[in-house]
Amino acid sequence: MSNSDYVLAIEDLTVSFDGFKAIDTLNLYVDKGELRVIIGPNGAGKTTLLDLICGKTRASAGSIKFKNAEMTKLAEHEIVRSGIGRKFQTPSIYENLTVFKNLEVSFPRGRGVFGALKFRCTDDVKERIAEVAGEIGLEEQLSMEAGLLSHGQKQWLEIGMLLMQDPELLMLDEPIAGMSVRERELTAELLDRICRNRSMIVIEHDMDFVKKIAHKVTVMHQGKILAEGPMERVQSDPKVIDVYLGH
Amino acid sequence: MDKFRRWIASSDMASIVVLAIVVFAVLPATTDIFRLNLIGKYLTYAFVAVGLVMLWGYGGILSLGQGVFFGLGGYCMAMFLKLEASDPVSTKIQSTPGIPDFMDWNQLTALPFWWEPFRHLPVALIGMLVVPMVLAAVIGFAMFKRRVGGVYFAIITQAVAMIITVLIIGQQGYTGGVNGITDLKTMLGWDIRTDSAKYILYFANAILLFVAIFACRAVQRTKLGTLLLAMRDKEDRVRFSGYDVANFKVFVFCLAATLCGVGGAMFTLQVGFMSPSFVGIVPSIEMVIFAAVGGRMSLVGAVYGTLLVNFGKTYFSESFPEMWLFLMAALFIGVVMAFPNGLAGLWESYVKPWLLRERQAVPVPAPEKTPAVAEDPSEAEAASTRPVARSPEHAPASKNRSDGVDPAVA
Repeated sequence: MSNSDYVLAIEDLTVSFDGFKAIDTLNLYVDKGELRVIIGPNGAGKTTLLDLICGKTRASAGSIKFKNAEMTKLAEHEIVRSGIGRKFQTPSIYENLTVFKNLEVSFPRGRGVFGALKFRCTDDVKERIAEVAGEIGLEEQLSMEAGLLSHGQKQWLEIGMLLMQDPELLMLDEPIAGMSVRERELTAELLDRICRNRSMIVIEHDMDFVKKIAHKVTVMHQGKILAEGPMERVQSDPKVIDVYLGH
Repeated sequence: MDKFRRWIASSDMASIVVLAIVVFAVLPATTDIFRLNLIGKYLTYAFVAVGLVMLWGYGGILSLGQGVFFGLGGYCMAMFLKLEASDPVSTKIQSTPGIPDFMDWNQLTALPFWWEPFRHLPVALIGMLVVPMVLAAVIGFAMFKRRVGGVYFAIITQAVAMIITVLIIGQQGYTGGVNGITDLKTMLGWDIRTDSAKYILYFANAILLFVAIFACRAVQRTKLGTLLLAMRDKEDRVRFSGYDVANFKVFVFCLAATLCGVGGAMFTLQVGFMSPSFVGIVPSIEMVIFAAVGGRMSLVGAVYGTLLVNFGKTYFSESFPEMWLFLMAALFIGVVMAFPNGLAGLWESYVKPWLLRERQAVPVPAPEKTPAVAEDPSEAEAASTRPVARSPEHAPASKNRSDGVDPAVA
């Protein structure tokens, strides 16, 4: 196969909602260890694209290959188990559980009913939780109820929950929305660190942040790819300036 | 005393022990056998309420058809008891001796084949567990795999309750129809209608109820219990963490159904009959009210809720029979609006803090029991602003105490 070097290879992907094509014959390839940022105006289909990759929405046509395995027919949990993690736009954590429990539940063991009944929080689990909590800067808050965290901390916790599963492809939908300047800096550093041994797709609107983190940028417009390449080139592309960045 | 109060307020084991004292000692000691048998009947509903705590409170799945499973468990037991009561000698006046009387009245001339296995007690006992579990698994897989949830699931379970009731009433020759299966006398030759049998059954029922509570408590403490809570709040997050959410829902639905089955079988034994009036929509909703009043997050609370609502029902329906349904509806709406966590919620938010505050108003304990940390005045101040820490009067006291502390430590 020609696309076997890619972690993710999307070809001719189309999804239509009552005739409206939210994603229209889209092709996208993501390399190993690459941090790809997707930008584009509202309604361009960015979130829909992530929904399609993780199985939340079913494709009408086309293929999504992750490490050469077809994902479009798998159930959501099977896609996750094959190594794709996805963070939602609004922080999606278990507010009534402690930070520790949030991370523990995300540990990829005991995922069946009886596995969950037998699951014990052994030392290796605790070790992994401590490691991830350190990574996301929440080691002090482990025993705190997650609902009491600040907005930025909630975003980090959700990223931490994904890191617990050590996915090969991590997809983040607007991870810095609503964050302070300082939190944005910390998040950029965090993404830079965790990207070292995995590929990432990030949707973001903040151009400074995109510049800081992106290896390559894809601009989407009306369900199609408008431009793709390094940030500088994309930024100076007249088509992109026209529909998105503005004059 | 202080230690005891703290234990009561802080340990969930304490609430189970207190309930055990009430059920095993206080109630049997203070009521006659007629009332105790009545309480025993209520405690069979408590199995359903405990199951609903797991299903509804933890899993966030509201079922309005738990009566179906209660009824299935009850019918399994009733079929066995009825066959034992229908031996050829005592039914010799029937045109077909040896079959249950209602079958004879409905012109049946032979026992239906699916009644045959229920001649054996082990079959009835396994049936009371497995039949509700299997039905729950079938409904659960059909619904949850298709992502049917919330209000839609509640409505479908209600429809199931309706369908099963119609089926039982319609198939009079096989099920005893609207009268149900009555005139149950003995279990393996042991007369269940005597006072001593009623005592024994009351205690057997109570023991089983505590087994159920402990089993559910054990499940709550596993990762599965955590996952149920997680699913209730953020189902998609659980799904996109690699879990097949439907399987967990099916499990908890089956667990709740099995508990209902045990309750139903114990009901049949203690009350001496089983009828469709415990299967339909109204009893199913009543059972949800028991759990809501007791507190849908509390296993122990569910038992108290069941007892309280049923005492109320007995009292009010004796005094104002036509008012009862309105009162019960008002109770349900009132509880859901004002105390969403029921009696257990009231305990958590009012009694417990009161018990703990009381504890801190107790005279200052001996010096070696004071907090080991050396408190400088600013720390003491900070502590006094913490909500539950200590009352303001104590802040100066701890200031004074800190004067005596070795400065090196501070």
